[in-house]
Amino acid sequence: MTEMLSYDFMQRALIAAVLVGITAPAVGIYLVQRRQALMGDGMGHVAMTGVGLGFIFQTSPVWMAVAVCVLGAVTMELVRARGNQRGDIALAMLFYGGMACGKLLVSKSAQAGAGSLESYLWGSILTVSPADLATIGALGAVVVAVTLGLRRQLFAICQDEDFARVTGVPVRLLNLLLAVMAAVTVTVAMRVVGLLLVSALMVVPVAAAQQLTRSFAATQAGSIAVGVLVALAGVTGSYQLDVPSGPAIVLLAIVVFAVFGAIAAPLARRRHRDTQESGPQVCDVRLPGPERVDATTPAPSAGLAQ
Amino acid sequence: MTTPTTLTSPAPPAPSVPPAVRLHDAVASRGGRPVLRGVDLTVRPGEVVALLGANGSGKSTTVKAVTGAVPLERGTLELFGTPLARFRAWHRIGYVPQRTTAASGVPATVREVVSTGRLPLHRLLPFRRADRAAVDRALAAVGMLDRARDGVADLSGGQQQRVLIARALAGAPDLLIMDEPMAGVDAASQQVLADTLRAEVARGAAVLLVLHELGPLEPLIDRAVVLRDGCVAHDGPPVPNTGLHALPGHDHVHPHADHGHEHDRPRGLLS
Repeated sequence: MTEMLSYDFMQRALIAAVLVGITAPAVGIYLVQRRQALMGDGMGHVAMTGVGLGFIFQTSPVWMAVAVCVLGAVTMELVRARGNQRGDIALAMLFYGGMACGKLLVSKSAQAGAGSLESYLWGSILTVSPADLATIGALGAVVVAVTLGLRRQLFAICQDEDFARVTGVPVRLLNLLLAVMAAVTVTVAMRVVGLLLVSALMVVPVAAAQQLTRSFAATQAGSIAVGVLVALAGVTGSYQLDVPSGPAIVLLAIVVFAVFGAIAAPLARRRHRDTQESGPQVCDVRLPGPERVDATTPAPSAGLAQ
Repeated sequence: MTTPTTLTSPAPPAPSVPPAVRLHDAVASRGGRPVLRGVDLTVRPGEVVALLGANGSGKSTTVKAVTGAVPLERGTLELFGTPLARFRAWHRIGYVPQRTTAASGVPATVREVVSTGRLPLHRLLPFRRADRAAVDRALAAVGMLDRARDGVADLSGGQQQRVLIARALAGAPDLLIMDEPMAGVDAASQQVLADTLRAEVARGAAVLLVLHELGPLEPLIDRAVVLRDGCVAHDGPPVPNTGLHALPGHDHVHPHADHGHEHDRPRGLLS
């Protein structure tokens, strides 16, 4: 363990993992609350165009991905807000267009075939540079400040948008802000878990935590704890066992989900035993009417036969 | 219930007090289809107005126009004497949207949902003790204080409706707007709703209710406004023991079937 921590690249990898473990569930919980759990997946597809543009123009793929992903997220939010019945079709165009465009751009760039697109698709946390880490840290700080600082406002718009609008909350502005935060998170997490698995880290920790919680606050805290835990364990495991970090993190998150699911039912039963003393254990109300006749007694069927 | 209130005079307001809602000649359409064709609606402080009509008559659109969610193509809307464009005092309005559930994709407690009703008052500032006390009062008013820590998804439909009403009450509104609050509500929750309305009116609040029929709330209602095909067909006192279903010629299956037939209905209500 100490040997692992003595490497600079591992220190950076672990810091990046913690940052992503916090930010992804912090944003993801609002998407899950609004039943848009797969939105992050779409944004990951769109971000590929940004990576492609970065390759073509020889600039930082991360910042290009941020720019394109924010644009895509704002478009998605506008489509959603219009409540268009063909909205899902428009989103499909955006997702698959973004992915196809990204691959096309990469193939035309100077670095084509170097396998470097792979590192964005599946993540390559062990190659995070100090400059990358600074970017991830700055963006992650903004995301955490917004998603935790405005949690009451964001909770309100994701819980009941109609109601929030009538309370005078700037619903449109907050929706756009949330979309931008999700886009930034996708690009922050891109180096750690990869664009194809970004959405998993936004959704799975939330889904795991909410099996054990009744309140939003506890779900948010729990999902961030799960996110940090699986990110750290995944990176450590990927170093020790020489497996890719992104898939390791996501599979660990799913294991946590399954374990929480298994212990949720017994925990809920226990909680009910503690809180609810009213009511009998079993139904003891005698229903009016004739006494039940044993199945062996032929009397009723004889009556029916007449 | 002994709720400390900001408004202490339950007496009828002076004529100089502007109405809570003044909708004049409202025309609106949804998805290109005209839904409101010139609706007038006034709700004064301390008054309970029921908005009635068949499905598709424009009740919900009228309420959405009053809350600013549906833009008007013609006509004017004033809230507490202020035109909608300049209206900012949204904390004076408590809104209960038409919903069958208070739950969303992530668990939330009853208290968390009701606390969003205080947002227009504390805004970006922290949630203070006064906010918490107001949430407690609102929960007590609908008889849900003992369930405050429970998840909303674990409640029955009627209890969830009570949570949504408590959320609207948490800001101590001067105008309470409820869209179909009786839909899927059990008898106990109907009684809670009636008691709540009585207390709010005694406090001086105005109430606008969308109802499918008058039903058990009928004794509380000062005025019934009946919509038909986006027009006001009746505006006056409710007829005792008469829901829309009891009116002569009421046809539930074909509400737009026969125009000659329909013109008889306002007269039927008034007779």
